[in-house]
Amino acid sequence: MADIVLSARHLTKRFGGLVAVSDVSIDVHRDEIHAVIGPNGAGKSTLVNLLSGEITPGEGSVHLAGKDMTARSPDQRARAGLGRSYQKTTIFPDVSVFANARLAAQARSPKALRFFGDAGRDPVINAQAAAALSEAGIAAHADTPARHLSHGGQRQLEIAMVLATTPSILLLDEPLAGMGPAEAQDMIALVSRLRNGRGILLVEHDMDAVFALADRLTVMADGHVIATGTPAQVRADPAVRVAYLGEDCL
Amino acid sequence: MTPPRALTRSLLAALLMAALLLPMIAPTYYLQFFAKAMLLAIVAASLNLVVGFGGMVSLCHGAFFGLAGYVLALASPSSSGASLWTSLPLALLVVAIAAALVGALALRTRGIYFIMATLAFGEMFFYFFHDTRVANGSDGIYIYFEPEIVIAGWRLVDLGNKTSFYYVALASLLLAIIVISTLVRSPFGAALMAARDNEQRARSLGFPVFRIRLTAFVLAAVLAGIAGYFSASQFGFVAPQTLGWHVSATLLIMVVLGGMKSVLGPVFGAFVLLGLEEILKSNIEHWKLIEGVIVIALVFMLPGGLQHLAQLAFSDRRAPAGQPGSGASRAGRQHHG
Amino acid sequence: MDIATFSVQLLNAVQHGLVLFLVASGLTLVFGILGVINLAHGAFYMLGAYLAYWIAGYTGSFALALVGGVAIAFLLGLVLEEAFVKRLIGRDHLAQVLLSYGLILVIDEVRQILFGKDVHSVAPPAWLQGSIELTDVLSYPVYRLALCIACLVLAGIIFFIIQKTRLGMILRAGAENRDMTRALGISFDRVNRYVFAGGIALAALGGILVAPISTVFPGMGDSMLILSFVVVVLGGIGSVAGAAFGALLIGLTDTFGKVFFPQVSSILVYLLMVIILLWRPNGLLGRAS
Repeated sequence: MADIVLSARHLTKRFGGLVAVSDVSIDVHRDEIHAVIGPNGAGKSTLVNLLSGEITPGEGSVHLAGKDMTARSPDQRARAGLGRSYQKTTIFPDVSVFANARLAAQARSPKALRFFGDAGRDPVINAQAAAALSEAGIAAHADTPARHLSHGGQRQLEIAMVLATTPSILLLDEPLAGMGPAEAQDMIALVSRLRNGRGILLVEHDMDAVFALADRLTVMADGHVIATGTPAQVRADPAVRVAYLGEDCL
Repeated sequence: MTPPRALTRSLLAALLMAALLLPMIAPTYYLQFFAKAMLLAIVAASLNLVVGFGGMVSLCHGAFFGLAGYVLALASPSSSGASLWTSLPLALLVVAIAAALVGALALRTRGIYFIMATLAFGEMFFYFFHDTRVANGSDGIYIYFEPEIVIAGWRLVDLGNKTSFYYVALASLLLAIIVISTLVRSPFGAALMAARDNEQRARSLGFPVFRIRLTAFVLAAVLAGIAGYFSASQFGFVAPQTLGWHVSATLLIMVVLGGMKSVLGPVFGAFVLLGLEEILKSNIEHWKLIEGVIVIALVFMLPGGLQHLAQLAFSDRRAPAGQPGSGASRAGRQHHG
Repeated sequence: MDIATFSVQLLNAVQHGLVLFLVASGLTLVFGILGVINLAHGAFYMLGAYLAYWIAGYTGSFALALVGGVAIAFLLGLVLEEAFVKRLIGRDHLAQVLLSYGLILVIDEVRQILFGKDVHSVAPPAWLQGSIELTDVLSYPVYRLALCIACLVLAGIIFFIIQKTRLGMILRAGAENRDMTRALGISFDRVNRYVFAGGIALAALGGILVAPISTVFPGMGDSMLILSFVVVVLGGIGSVAGAAFGALLIGLTDTFGKVFFPQVSSILVYLLMVIILLWRPNGLLGRAS
């Protein structure tokens, strides 16, 4: 299929004796949200880190838009179009919201590491940063120091930074973590909009959000994939019911 | 809360004028002292590119300073001066290669490891010149003739002339300040500071953190090399102590004393520390004791350096609000606060 | 090189490595537990040697110098921890580098005021003087042998404390995860103070023990500091076993380097470090960051 933006095959990662991720294969298509769910310790975070390159796999491969990226570093993967958010907010707290987005836009610019010229005055980069802030819905806070944003605002900023790098695939690691109900609704709406033209791999604990957003679901337990399919298929899967979801969730 | 920009500018312009006119009034001794201080100010300012803007605490910067001097010494013929056109590029090339090797290894490590690895690598250069006969071992080596700056048989500058040398040092310092300021404001500088403030985020945005840091490390070493080259020419002598880790530690004191958040902070730090040493040395036998106490006091009472003190002095006057979101050059000023 | 000469050099290498271990283990514990980088560690080694010279000179007793020197260093460590180091925990490494460099300047100058800058020697205790004849031309000083044994015993005590006692358990947990240990309700203020003082006492102890076989001179702390750093980089921060391993490796490299390649011997140590850093950036027994 031509529109597979991310494809991982048979990923395995061991930490000492513990197998954190075992023989996991997963695809993300353009214009879809593929959610990965599973109980704590299922290996979801390790999987995200394997995909983004922060951890190298023991076995298996990662392809971005058909290109083998298994041996590539996180920054090489980012430049190849992979953007990720972290479970724990990871921004530059001491500079303005706009400066955060501007740095992100700069990272993908051909002038990213130029030795001369004013970093803050590149019209192309600034426009890209402004567009990303608008898309993430925090353009109004552009001049606020990032550390003064609310928790929800910082989560939005992190999404905006990822968008500013013009990614073709987004890895969102628990974007709703720590959010109140109202903030969560906004974020769900935002993530839902983001799928247009991009592929999204979403790790999330909030089941309402997952079933509201996901086009496809992969369920992990103990490092293994135990089910993959549409939300309806996964809901009906008896193994998932037993291993993870529990009757009361549904 | 910084001093008003116009005031800062006029102060700096006045300082520059004073520096340009100094040779007309100052005795030779002071000219030599200021030339020496300006060269060390280059080294301190370049170190701040690594420490302040790059967030890497390096303890081998003095080695690059000293290494350039050694290259000049070894490249100087015994009966005449070396040509600056060949010996300076050679010195800087050697320094760049050394810094690239040390940096490539040391930057594999982080935090305390990086400090220790740079300290150890710096000492490797010390012991290389101390223990081998390559450059006369622990006795050091003399440079009997200053490098020649000659174009088509015409001597452009006589480095042996104290006034000429003073202006060469001043020009080098201005050049270094311009280079570092440009770097800090550039996209490269923004990326360097981004890597300092949040390495993980910088990398996941697509910044090649290792390459950025290594580049800054090598560029800073080359700037230190320029100073080291002229410093060796000024004193006509290099010894292993020139590249020992005490030099590197003293440079760090200059950086912190002046303030790491600006390009000029370490320049002033260098002048203040050297001036202080000069005064203490001539008045107190055990001046190093005082210096040690001052360093300890600096850590606890003035962690932002003299720059912070200057800011406090102006804290009642409202500076015009900086252009909001005007990029990461502000990141450096707001970090470590 | 015949077998006897080789054995002598091997003994020297082991002895060098053992002293290095004593000093470096103090350094690595302070790194590991307090997260503080202490450049003044070598200065305390030098101070220990001078204290040995001073006390032994006054009392004529090396044993008193040993006990007194260690006690003074330990007390000094407690005072410094309370006055300065305590306030540095959690601050950036640069502040720690500067503070400890300031301490070096002060300690060096105080040493200058108290003892001058002359080179001194310290006599070993009478019952450890003399040499053992190995062959007709080769002999080995009894004190060096005793030094080896003393270091081995001390190393055994250090490992016993770390592996078997409650204090050791806290130390290991602390080096592993400081926040976690704090969350478990273990007071780190007291542990920090004793670890810092203990680390300094170990440095001074190294200096005192070495005083009878080397000269006591102002620059002796510097080379020891750098070597200890290399040991810690090789072994991995906070790892006492790593320090033991690294120290013996350095002891062998340094000693045999001086025998075979006298001109470049001190560079060999750094080459070793380069190779290990390339292979394992976090040291032989260090944890991945």
